Amino acid sequence: MTQRTLLSVRNLSIRLSRPAGERVIVDRLSFAVGAERVALVGESGSGKSLTARGLLGLLRSPLSVSAERLEFEGRDLRAATPSQWAALRGSGIALILQDPRHALNPVLRIGRQIDEVLRIHQRLSSGERRDRTAEMMLAVGLRDPLRIARAFPHELSGGMGQRVMLAMMLVNGPRLLVADEPTSSLDAALRDQVLDLMVSLVEQRRMGLLLISHDLQQVAQYCERVLVMYRGRLVDERRAVDLAASDHPYTKTLWSCRPSGRTYGTQLPVLVREADERAETLS
Amino acid sequence: MSRARLIASTDLLLGAGLLGLALCAAVAAPWLAPFDPLIQDMGQRLSPPTSTHLLGTDGLGRDILSRLIYGTRPTLGLVALVMILTVPIGLTIGILAGYCGGWIERVFMGITDVVMAFPTLVLALAFVGVMGPGLVNSAVALALTGWPAYARLARTETLQMRRSDYLAAAEMQGIVGVRLLWGQVMPACVPSMRIRLALDLAAIILAAAGLSFLGLGIGPPTAEWGAMVADGSKVIFDQWWVAASPGAAILVLSLAFNLLADGLRDAGNRSP
Amino acid sequence: MVAGHAPRLLLRIGGALFTLVVTLSALLLATFALSALSPVDPALRLVGDHASTASYEQARRDLGLGRPWIVQFERYVSHAVRGDLGISSSTGQPVREDLKTVFPATLELATLAMGVSAVVGVAFGLLGARRPGGLADAVIRILSLAGNSIPIFWLGLLSLYLFYAHLHWTGGPGRLDDAYEFTIDRGTGLVLIDAWRSGEPGAFANAIAHLILPVLVLAANGLGNIARMTRTALLNESAREYVTLARAKGAGEARVLLGHILPNAAGTILTVLSLSYARLLEGAVLTETVFAWPGLGRYLTTALFAADIPAILGSTLLIGVCFVILNRCTDLLVRAVDPRTL
Repeated sequence: MTQRTLLSVRNLSIRLSRPAGERVIVDRLSFAVGAERVALVGESGSGKSLTARGLLGLLRSPLSVSAERLEFEGRDLRAATPSQWAALRGSGIALILQDPRHALNPVLRIGRQIDEVLRIHQRLSSGERRDRTAEMMLAVGLRDPLRIARAFPHELSGGMGQRVMLAMMLVNGPRLLVADEPTSSLDAALRDQVLDLMVSLVEQRRMGLLLISHDLQQVAQYCERVLVMYRGRLVDERRAVDLAASDHPYTKTLWSCRPSGRTYGTQLPVLVREADERAETLS
Repeated sequence: MSRARLIASTDLLLGAGLLGLALCAAVAAPWLAPFDPLIQDMGQRLSPPTSTHLLGTDGLGRDILSRLIYGTRPTLGLVALVMILTVPIGLTIGILAGYCGGWIERVFMGITDVVMAFPTLVLALAFVGVMGPGLVNSAVALALTGWPAYARLARTETLQMRRSDYLAAAEMQGIVGVRLLWGQVMPACVPSMRIRLALDLAAIILAAAGLSFLGLGIGPPTAEWGAMVADGSKVIFDQWWVAASPGAAILVLSLAFNLLADGLRDAGNRSP
Repeated sequence: MVAGHAPRLLLRIGGALFTLVVTLSALLLATFALSALSPVDPALRLVGDHASTASYEQARRDLGLGRPWIVQFERYVSHAVRGDLGISSSTGQPVREDLKTVFPATLELATLAMGVSAVVGVAFGLLGARRPGGLADAVIRILSLAGNSIPIFWLGLLSLYLFYAHLHWTGGPGRLDDAYEFTIDRGTGLVLIDAWRSGEPGAFANAIAHLILPVLVLAANGLGNIARMTRTALLNESAREYVTLARAKGAGEARVLLGHILPNAAGTILTVLSLSYARLLEGAVLTETVFAWPGLGRYLTTALFAADIPAILGSTLLIGVCFVILNRCTDLLVRAVDPRTL
């Protein structure tokens, strides 16, 4: 199936400027995402969350983004003005975050938070907004949309909150969804449910999905391609089916580290890091 | 140096400098002041600033500059007295509350909360008004409503220490009772107190000036800034300088403490 | 959902009321203690120096002096609760009547000053939060330092000199020019309303001319702090995740600040405003003296000069009660604004 490229990134770097000097946190990432499910995997500190926000232009000084190419649907984003970014976010690219307890505005009702995207980007009557919101809420599996729309975020469970976030970001029909560790704050049972939901919605709407995660197992199950990040650099890129056969030492270790019935009682492999890396990590 | 740090150290320097200036003036008043602050010269009364009387003279012909310099004494004296009264009371109540816990803590903190809700200036006015004016009465009045903030701070610090192993280790070494509280707990409370103290002292200077403006301070003929402003208020429309300079002095001293507080706070927030 | 909240809400209101009652009782105790400690003999004050021993003894019995102090306290409280605060030794009137006359003037002054303070302060806070480190920030800092360092009575005096005596831009001390002072019917005690209703030409404008300076002086005092705390509250909120998500939806900065950050910071801002109002009541004491404003503050300071104990304590009690109620209600107000704690 020929895919159009939604997001095209070449040599994207993110720098942090401090009084002591500049530090490169993400170093020359290059990748492309089409209408497919791509995962960006790495341990904490690898820079993947920053990358997610950088792709939406959400980073502010002292962080700065530079790239040779940063294009969405062919448009060059490197020189985008704030209002151009604002027009793009929520309508072209969407972002969902990790913890709905913090990512949802505690003092606004759910319905208002969901239809805000529609208010910002479209001119619809309040009735149309209400209908679309309710439709979207049903699509994410929230079975009592009217009651939930009037509720406040603290009244919802974690799983419901995550569904609300999905609804919020998808109701306006974006083409690419960037999900930053969307299930990390949920318990294991809910994780699969929410991911299943996300994947099915993305498939239905023929969207692209960039899933950021630290869980290799999860991404292997749900995504088609995997990008592996380590300390700010892209170290490996595979199709999900080929992950087990990767010959990159980091990927191999990550892959073989997955605890399961077979590994029970045995010591899991450890990545041998260079001595100077170890020193840097400890400082 | 980042801009924030620069501002913070400027604040500290300026605040400390102004405070130092005031202290010098208080200590060296007899040598610095060009005239005796109490000598009246009716022939020269209400004269504008001249080369002899740099800040002019007041309604009784007294040199304003000299009275300004001597005026640092009652102000700083009052400030010191209030500090000596409030901090120990507040610390004691707070540390005891935090250390003993249980109903002692509840009662002490209840009292603290209640007194904290009282209007400081008005109660001080009432106290001085009823008990009679004077330096000591003013200090006591301001101290009576000023201690709760320190009690709260001390209790918070003590609670934190209780949770840490620091106190347990000291107790195991045999340090108990008052020695423990005085030697271990109390010093831990000091850092957070400094900023609070600086801010409070700035407010106390204004409150004390207000009291003496209303005639509840030491009383004539002592040179007291607030009272000098009150004197000047009688002739404000024609000889406005009589009220202007003592008020400016109050401003400068209060500003010194505010700058110190800001500087200390920003220095404390510095990222390593 | 609402049914589950009701008992918790009642409990919370009950708790707040209890705290309020305890604080007010403590306040009464404080004022009573002052009256008991006062070196002035109230009985002597009442009957005068030349009274006979018999009438002096009678006065002592009437005032309940010589009884155990707890009895006296109970008497004091029961009187105070009914509004009987004794007789002023300078005006000869019941303190309560005096207070009724003077309180509206202070209320008017403080409320107008609060309005100015709140609007300007919050506006500056918003500007400062929008561009941290910019011009608005520097202004906030200066205003805040100035407000905390400038003695308000001095500011009042100098402004009076500058704007009234020198530039003739505003009215002078007092609420109205002498020309109107005696021709206006003082129905409500609020000069603006009374002047408006009187229909006297120029009266309303005159009232404003007299109000403008004390209001601005009083407002300038607290303005800086309101601005600074608003800015801090807004900046603290803007670091949260929901702000990132709001931006991710495509919201512009104005929408983010006003529609997301401000509602969350509202609790803190309301607390600051409420405490500021309480402080304004105290600041009014000194300001009224300077502007010869016939309010509660000036009543108190006059009583102080005259050592009029009942008046001193009565007005202290009134200011104290307002102060305490404002402080306690602040907590309730903040809870009411936040749906999480409703």
